[in-house]
Amino acid sequence: MQTNLINHVIGAIPLWNWLVEPLQYGFLVRAILVSAFVGIVCAVLSCYITLKGWSLMGDAVSHAVVPGVVVAYALNIPFAIGAFIFGFGATVAIGYVKSKTRLKEDAVIGVIFTGFFAFGLVLVTKIPSNVDLFHILFGNVLGISQADIIQTIIAGSLTLIIILLRRKDLLLFCFDPNHAKAIGLNTQLMYYTLLSVLALTIVTALQTAGIIMVVAMLVTPGSIAYLLTDRFDYMLIISAISSVLSCVMGTYVSYYFDVSTGGAIVVLMTILFILAMIFGPKYGIIAQQFTKGSLEDLNQIADIE
Amino acid sequence: MNTIQPLDITVDNLSVTYNNAKLALYNASCRVQAGTITALVGPNGGGKSTLFKSIMGFLKPAVGRIIVGGLSVGKAQKKQLMAYVPQADDVDWNFPVSVFDVVMMGRYGYMNFLRIPTSKDRRLVNESLERVGMTEFRDRQIGELSGGQRKRAFLARALAQQGQVILLDEPFTGVDVKTEKRIIDLLIQLRVEGHTILISTHDLASVATFCDRTILLNRTILASGTTEETFTEENLSMTFGGLPLNSINHMFNHQSEAA
Repeated sequence: MQTNLINHVIGAIPLWNWLVEPLQYGFLVRAILVSAFVGIVCAVLSCYITLKGWSLMGDAVSHAVVPGVVVAYALNIPFAIGAFIFGFGATVAIGYVKSKTRLKEDAVIGVIFTGFFAFGLVLVTKIPSNVDLFHILFGNVLGISQADIIQTIIAGSLTLIIILLRRKDLLLFCFDPNHAKAIGLNTQLMYYTLLSVLALTIVTALQTAGIIMVVAMLVTPGSIAYLLTDRFDYMLIISAISSVLSCVMGTYVSYYFDVSTGGAIVVLMTILFILAMIFGPKYGIIAQQFTKGSLEDLNQIADIE
Repeated sequence: MNTIQPLDITVDNLSVTYNNAKLALYNASCRVQAGTITALVGPNGGGKSTLFKSIMGFLKPAVGRIIVGGLSVGKAQKKQLMAYVPQADDVDWNFPVSVFDVVMMGRYGYMNFLRIPTSKDRRLVNESLERVGMTEFRDRQIGELSGGQRKRAFLARALAQQGQVILLDEPFTGVDVKTEKRIIDLLIQLRVEGHTILISTHDLASVATFCDRTILLNRTILASGTTEETFTEENLSMTFGGLPLNSINHMFNHQSEAA
């Protein structure tokens, strides 16, 4: 009687219904859990990538994994292995070409990743495999298979463990690689550690967001957080919350309105970004307008001090 | 304060080339004597930063070698012998780290794999903050500091690292007179404790007041010795302009064409 009443009251709230009703479908529960997990992994790495200024590198690696996915399916090995090898290989190629030529880094990145991507396109049209190019490009979390879920979880867990263990070194590497070198730490190893977790994260997010949208998952949550706080630990939390929220709600939206899941997730993230940009308490556009004058006064006082 | 065994730095026939095949530094040889405050003086673009970055191992010289206290730079760094205070321009002041976080980074080389600070690390960080007078700002994000406070925060990091050799790249740029005096007093104390200090600067006025020795640099070492001997009008005009410089430039252009 009592529970019946509670159910009745809760049932009257439309949002609750909206959230609970789809949970009776197994595939949707799975999709929501997977995308929430992917959201956390991307959010954590996103803080480092944003601070290091490696957004373009993220874009490059995500495109470079395509031939790896095709080859993996053709050879009947897990897609994650092929994707990781090619994604990481592209970063090594970028580093090598940059050190051997006079080209600037952005040009090298542009040449290498489009080259890898194009090679993948050629392979996918020539090698007989059941790779659906559309799914690689745009993600398909609603139709994700058991095997793909397992690979996603392994790659994501590995990423989280590596970052958890090396988080201080990675932060130092992003902030002040010269100091890291000055105190005798192996900066080359830090560089490749960060590149490996970048490639691993892209492998993790591949099935959910797709290649085109992965870069948004790698850049936007960290950027949202960076606009809202000056402390790295808060940055991680804000990044994770905004990412998971977008991933879960995006999956719902995708189910209800029958739109692309990756697209819905990234649209939600972008909306959060715009809100943070406008309403951020310290660095938001509105706050900046209000405090501009008074901050200048404060700075003058601080200088006189 | 316990004193330490001072170390010297020997730069032997160093040449550094950048990617665009330009020689930044040519045939540079000099010695930073143990337990001195030595100034590295020269015009902007004259190779001061290049020499600094080579001594710290951030740049790989094309020719020549650098020895710190009898060790290669890499080995000296692994033993935490060398601390470096960067130029203000080389730091991302918007980075979400606090003053305390930055100073703690000076201790990473002593910590375990997970970089978990011990009570000794915390104590040294607090002492270093105290010594530069930054204790009350320890929880500030680094971008919220004034120019002088920023310098003191990074100086505290060098103190926390306890390096015998301390290199300061342009420590007086963007710093008010009061802070400059304060930094100089601290450097003199550090010398008494046995540190070897090398500072790069174009602030000629302050060099004579506290630097024991001076190295004059414009793409190669032009003069070095005690500040009294070295700081002559002739040497300075040679470093910052005038005939000998032009002839050197000529030599450089010749060299880079050959390369």
